[in-house]
Amino acid sequence: MDNRKWREIKQQMGFLALRTSALIIFIILGILLYFLFVRGIKVINWGFLTKMPENGMTSGGIFPAILGTFYLTMGAILFALPLGIMAAIYMTEYAVQGKVIRLIRIGISNLASVPSIVFGLFGLALFVNYCKFGVSILSGSLTLGIMILPVIIRASEEALLLVPNGFREASLALGATKWQTIYKIVLPNAIGGIITGAILGVGRVAGETAPILFTAATFYTMKLPNSVFSEVMALPYHIYALMTEGSHPKEQKAIAYGASLVLIVLVLGINMIAIVIRNYYRRKKKW
Amino acid sequence: MTTLERNEKLIQLALLMIALSAISILAIITLFIFKEGMPIMFKYGVNKFLFGLDWYPTEQSFGLLPMIIGSLAVTAGSLIIGIPFGLACAIFLTEFSSLRLRQIIKPIIELLAGIPSVVYGFMGVIILVPFIREHLGGSGLSVLAASIILGIMILPTIISISIDSLQAVPRSYREGSIALGATKWQTTKMVTLPSAKSGIIASIILGMGRAIGETMAVIMIAGNAVSIPHSVLDPVRTLTSNIALEMGYASGEHRQALFATGVILFIIIMILNTIANATAAKQRTK
Repeated sequence: MDNRKWREIKQQMGFLALRTSALIIFIILGILLYFLFVRGIKVINWGFLTKMPENGMTSGGIFPAILGTFYLTMGAILFALPLGIMAAIYMTEYAVQGKVIRLIRIGISNLASVPSIVFGLFGLALFVNYCKFGVSILSGSLTLGIMILPVIIRASEEALLLVPNGFREASLALGATKWQTIYKIVLPNAIGGIITGAILGVGRVAGETAPILFTAATFYTMKLPNSVFSEVMALPYHIYALMTEGSHPKEQKAIAYGASLVLIVLVLGINMIAIVIRNYYRRKKKW
Repeated sequence: MTTLERNEKLIQLALLMIALSAISILAIITLFIFKEGMPIMFKYGVNKFLFGLDWYPTEQSFGLLPMIIGSLAVTAGSLIIGIPFGLACAIFLTEFSSLRLRQIIKPIIELLAGIPSVVYGFMGVIILVPFIREHLGGSGLSVLAASIILGIMILPTIISISIDSLQAVPRSYREGSIALGATKWQTTKMVTLPSAKSGIIASIILGMGRAIGETMAVIMIAGNAVSIPHSVLDPVRTLTSNIALEMGYASGEHRQALFATGVILFIIIMILNTIANATAAKQRTK
């Protein structure tokens, strides 16, 4: 009887410890986000989102940074998405599933976890210096695109592999060619997973700083970009620069709060869309 | 050959070309980083790079030891914070919470994984660094600050992969243990956790990889001084920060030395990934 009571107490203590730890995490995160929200929302208004910076970064808006992030993200996705999806289609549907393809898969998943600053290093050496694209939207987009290429290939492959083989066999048995099968049967069934992966990629690219540090971003420019060879301001880099450069830390900090809130809403919004789409397709799945 | 057949062949060829170019782009990065970074390491000696104490890149002195220790220090610190909290959260969610709560919290954790690192760095600078400066002393820019922020940043990785591996433990294991008279707590401790061990270890190693590779948050709060830290309140510079801080103006051998820093990072990540894959595979074969 005594033993049983002791076990009961131990169990209760264990519960309590687990519950407290889980609670602490959410309280800390809650406090951080609350701080950011309360201080950020004070700065944000229509002008903040649509105006140029003024008075040497101490007032005005962050419009060029938002626009820059938009260009860089679009560029990266335009480059990585078609390349990634088609590579994934070849690897899962056509390639002989042997040692070579397995090695390639391991290589790709390794590259997915290489630190983003290493991609920045690569982008600087190859695109900025060697290809002479300079510090520009083009260099930055390509660097970011290469960084998420492994992520997109992996997500697309997973989505394609989830389509049951019976679907392919049935289509082929009806006389469809391989490409017809892929285009009409496999892709429509995998599209949910592919879109989710792509949107998560967008979210990641929009928030990355390290790869654009030397390839695309600038703290301050008087004009909006007019070609792919212009350097741009970008939201994540702007936050970093506001906190580490310039000569008016107090005013800059206020702007950084606003910029952080905008960035976080943007990225979390994008990710939320991805999660909603994933759940939608999961429910719709017919097998 | 009919048009249909010819089209099929063309499509397959086009896809092959695209796949090859995507894969070769990724292969080129690896080759490129190594090609730029390796020669200087061999020129001055790998030992000098890995164990040299002095980093005066403009005077041909390329000791990376302070940065290697810096990276290891903040990573170890982040694990000390991330592992207990992450595991507790994962165990609580899979074993002791209702399905409803789990369905609410899991997407939240996934969302947290998406918060950009520069935002974590910013929050560290405005909240954590002043707090440490006022209550514990020093400048606040320290191993401790970086460890705490990184610890929070790796939580989503640890939590979501641990949850997956805990959920993969068959129900019958838990039922068998409870049928034998064990409490739920004993079952978790003696049956569920040991069965999910490999997956949990893999989650920790992947979290570790994320902490070592993190740049922006660390650069903003770790202080970036090139010296070996003597306490958790001392500033450090990590391998990633070293690249980010100096690449903008480096040239010649200095630039190559930064590529060598990248090579070391690359190798560390490869080793961690290989270990994580091997442990995860072990659980699958079980």
